[in-house]
Amino acid sequence: MELIVFVLAAAMVLGGAIGVITRSNPVHAALSLVLTLFGVAVMFVSHEAHFLAAVQVIVYAGAIVVLFLFVIMLLGVDRTEDISIEPITAQRPLAAIVGLGVSGIVIAAIISSRSALSVTGDGIDQTTVEAADANIRQLARSIFSNNVFAFEVTSVLLLVAVIGTVLMARRIKLREAGK
Amino acid sequence: MSSLLALDPMLDGKLLWTPLIIILVKVLIVFVVGLVATMLMVWFERKVIAGMQNRVGPNKAGPWGLLQTLADGTKLFFKEDLIPERADRFVFKLAPYIVLVPAFLAFSIIPLGGDFRDGKGGLVTLFGHQTRMQLADPPIGVLFALAISSIAVYGIMLAGWSSGSKYPLLGSVRASAQMVSYEAALGLSLAAVLLVSGTLSTAGIVDMQSSVGSWNVVATGFIPFFIFMISATAELNRPPFDLVEAEQELVGGFNTEYSSIRFALFFLAEFMNTITMSALIVTLFFGGPQPISVGGTTLDIPLIPNGIEGTVWLLLKVLVFLYVYVWFRATLPRFRYDQLMDLGWRMLIPASLGWFMLLAAQRVGRNAGWDQVVVTLVSALVLIGGYALLQRAHKVSRANREKDGASF
Repeated sequence: MELIVFVLAAAMVLGGAIGVITRSNPVHAALSLVLTLFGVAVMFVSHEAHFLAAVQVIVYAGAIVVLFLFVIMLLGVDRTEDISIEPITAQRPLAAIVGLGVSGIVIAAIISSRSALSVTGDGIDQTTVEAADANIRQLARSIFSNNVFAFEVTSVLLLVAVIGTVLMARRIKLREAGK
Repeated sequence: MSSLLALDPMLDGKLLWTPLIIILVKVLIVFVVGLVATMLMVWFERKVIAGMQNRVGPNKAGPWGLLQTLADGTKLFFKEDLIPERADRFVFKLAPYIVLVPAFLAFSIIPLGGDFRDGKGGLVTLFGHQTRMQLADPPIGVLFALAISSIAVYGIMLAGWSSGSKYPLLGSVRASAQMVSYEAALGLSLAAVLLVSGTLSTAGIVDMQSSVGSWNVVATGFIPFFIFMISATAELNRPPFDLVEAEQELVGGFNTEYSSIRFALFFLAEFMNTITMSALIVTLFFGGPQPISVGGTTLDIPLIPNGIEGTVWLLLKVLVFLYVYVWFRATLPRFRYDQLMDLGWRMLIPASLGWFMLLAAQRVGRNAGWDQVVVTLVSALVLIGGYALLQRAHKVSRANREKDGASF
């Protein structure tokens, strides 16, 4: 059962990921991204991380990709772009090097930690995981007590990003008004 | 993994035939009830609006025109199915289903009945199996409804975009901005309910509200209910927030290019969502299938067993909210777009955040044994201070915009 769910979810994730790269229409690519995010949510559920799955769908699929689509629709860039002219000629070889490098690092990490992966323990502690709302309790305790500093710093980071965006948008307007 | 399959507590053990059949029957009942309720809802809305506008309304098909929706639906089946030439064919065909499926899925977490009295927790016994009168009781509970409603945005957006036409695109851009904005207020007012109930499970939330005094609408202090109600109306794209399909400006909004059964699916989903949202409001704030009980005396409907009485109560409560939605439609004029965004971002989100903080402070104060009066006063002062700062920020930004030469 677990294997079937894993295979289906993995197919969703990989199919979506390939779709994001290969579809030339930006809206189709964004939809493929949604498929990937759903696949990850299914994986979360199959590992008893129900709350993470819900947040994955609400935040990523429900808000972030919707904003992507919103921008694509609003700016009208939903046409196939002409990619035969290269704005930066070194882009393609550099991308190939970075891609190969990253996959090399990931493969190396998997090989070096293979002994740790193959250890078969008792699995997840079913009684604590399946208790009502156990997911939320554990996550909340971890975020708001053990890692509260990182949490607050992240929220400040987001605030800085929002204020920066507003400032940049306003400055362009002021410059135009100045001319 | 087991809890994923065992959306029902009774499936935890071996997979037996009886529970499987109970689940299948439940799925069938929820689906059929959803469809029939939608059909009746369309009739109800037309009849009530007709009454409010001094008209007769549908009265030809069946007794009191009850079968009018069925006739309309059958007609739509046989209409020609048009796909615009510039449409994105795959997405165009996909969009109605992305709207329809979430509408039915969200209905599955509503407790549709059951006996919540005397600490029974809504469990009823069917063929020797303890079960709930709701299709699914996932561990994330009511967050499931939020996740599902965030998926429904896609259907509307994609329908508008894939039509390859101006007005649907405008409608869907409006829809996505509106639904994403109001989802924040919806979630924050929901958080107040979760704070008071201490659980995510819909059955658990209903179980906490045994008397009118402990209904969440009272326990959370009314404000979250009003915010939830307003945001839910916006989330449903119903009047006065129906800018998405403003007929005077956008022909029909996102569904302008749709015809035949594809249009019927959008129509079905819209009314289904209205019913689901009303049921969700009843579940979260008004005790769901719990009978009305004030100060120890419970209103009991005689001759009906308690398990079924819950369904009657739920139906009565949901009907009140369905009527309110129709009432909104008949009486309120549509918002302007900037008013809509102002209401969402400047009023509802700060108000729900502030109220959430007040409730949390009271809870912390109760646990720590502080004086409740002092806690409330201090929180109120903080809220007033925050409100003053917000007003000041609005004033400054308005002055800045006027200096920039913006017209609003």
